[in-house]
Amino acid sequence: MSVTKDDIHHIAHLARLNLDETRVPEYTQNLNNLLELVSQMEKINTENIEPMAHPLDGQQQRFRDDKITEQNQRDRFQKIAPEIVEGLYIVPQVIE
Amino acid sequence: MHTKSLRELSSDLHAKKISSVELTQHYLDRINKFDKDLNSFITVTPEHALNLAKKADELIKQNKAGVLTGIPMAQKDIFCTQDIKTTCGSKMLDNFIAPYNATVVEKCNQAGLVMLGKTNMDEFAMGASNETSFYGPVKNPWDLSCVPGGSSGGSAAAIAAGLTPIATGTDTGGSIRQPAAMCNLTGLKPTYGCVSRYGMIAFASSLDQGGPMGRSAEDVALFLNVLAGFDEKDSTSVEREKEDYTKNLNNPINKLKIGLPKEYFTADLNKDIHAALDEAIKIYKKLGAEFIEISLPNSPLAIPVYYTVAPAECSSNLSRFDGVRYGHRCKNPKDLLDLYKRSRDEGFGAEVKRRILTGTYVLSAGYYDAYYLKAQRIRHLIRDDFTKAFEKVDIILGATAPTTAFPIGSKINDPVSMYLADIYTSAVNLAGLPGMSIPVGFQHKLPIGMQLIGPHFSEAKLLNTAHVFQQATDFHTKTPGGF
Repeated sequence: MSVTKDDIHHIAHLARLNLDETRVPEYTQNLNNLLELVSQMEKINTENIEPMAHPLDGQQQRFRDDKITEQNQRDRFQKIAPEIVEGLYIVPQVIE
Repeated sequence: MHTKSLRELSSDLHAKKISSVELTQHYLDRINKFDKDLNSFITVTPEHALNLAKKADELIKQNKAGVLTGIPMAQKDIFCTQDIKTTCGSKMLDNFIAPYNATVVEKCNQAGLVMLGKTNMDEFAMGASNETSFYGPVKNPWDLSCVPGGSSGGSAAAIAAGLTPIATGTDTGGSIRQPAAMCNLTGLKPTYGCVSRYGMIAFASSLDQGGPMGRSAEDVALFLNVLAGFDEKDSTSVEREKEDYTKNLNNPINKLKIGLPKEYFTADLNKDIHAALDEAIKIYKKLGAEFIEISLPNSPLAIPVYYTVAPAECSSNLSRFDGVRYGHRCKNPKDLLDLYKRSRDEGFGAEVKRRILTGTYVLSAGYYDAYYLKAQRIRHLIRDDFTKAFEKVDIILGATAPTTAFPIGSKINDPVSMYLADIYTSAVNLAGLPGMSIPVGFQHKLPIGMQLIGPHFSEAKLLNTAHVFQQATDFHTKTPGGF
């Protein structure tokens, strides 16, 4: 199974990534090479093997009391934003 | 001065033979003098450093200082530093002034360590050569035409050249151990959950782990004492009692059982690296260790599994860089979609884009089961191999990297060949184990690293195994000429 340039355009759209058109053949080739490398996985029988999402066994998600622990630091966090007006993040108009 | 151990520096500071301000200035001068050639720092913070040094001197005067108070260090530029630029080696964060400190940075501050600056790295820690940094490649002090390894290449080069005694690194598939190997350093990737990931910019969250890099196992143990520990701000931080990683350093290893995985000692292993490991094995035998051949049958699958899981987590983590809240934003976006797409295109470099594309693909509808889920199942098998092996042995020994440092430019256009640099290291991250690299010799004047792997939370045992070796050898004391 190999990936085409159209597939790359579709994936790039899903990832919200513009790609320089001249580099699309290279990215297509890169992904195909990578998929060839990982195709070794197909040979392995993984029937009844649980997927491992966490490296340590028996780790449980910790819970904490439902108490406010963070202070409001909006001004500080917004200082590094590209565009702010009256405490709001500004993006191009979405709703007509 | 710049080749002294942390113990020596600490005793000089406490005996007031030198002040922290003088020591800090000494390293800042060296950075000024040598870093034009190496490019190991992205940001140097002289004013900040001298302020911290003054405070450290005050603590020393009042006898309130800890072991590492007043000792200079460098932070990999992946750790957020409040009011100081934190770039992660990316144009995306070239304008990012972190609004808070990573827990690792807080812990270093509390220990009285003096941050000299932020070190260069592969963009978002994705690379094995430090060539993917937006700020340009780092040079290896052992040979300026070669890479220092990556992604913590800036930290490695800076320590090797004596621009800082210690530095932090992070390791997702080998990024502490492989540059340590290529620069003749000692580097430790701790057990997953040992060092807080809070404020450490995420690449692949189930694999990322911060850790210490230095010149010796003893320095690394002292530094790990600062970095390790439970952090309630990191949901994957493991709650366990505080450990002193220096306390077992000198334990005898005459009952130690060391495993040699047959999959790591194949005909493919570089001859000189093989010979250096054989020498190291002889030394360990003299010290009383026993060697047992073991098998990690699924280890050849570590690279395929790693290069499925890591890009998947990367594509998810890096979706936060949207040009809205912080980081790079494109000029004159025509609509919201254009803002996202162009900001990300302009902000990310080629390797990061490759991994985002791969990750998006393996997670997308129709491919998730065949790639991502399949990889997570094989990951289980890889982890089980280690669990079985550790029923028979205490430590596993092998090469850290398949080659010594390679020439800058030689692999950057062939991503898959670069990925193979992680062949011996990535399984350790998949299984969440601690692993370290220590110097074991040279191939044509370029350092060779040996990897030691232990069960979960066996850092003290690993450091003991490394320290005893370093007491019997002098590979780790060698430094590159010209610095």
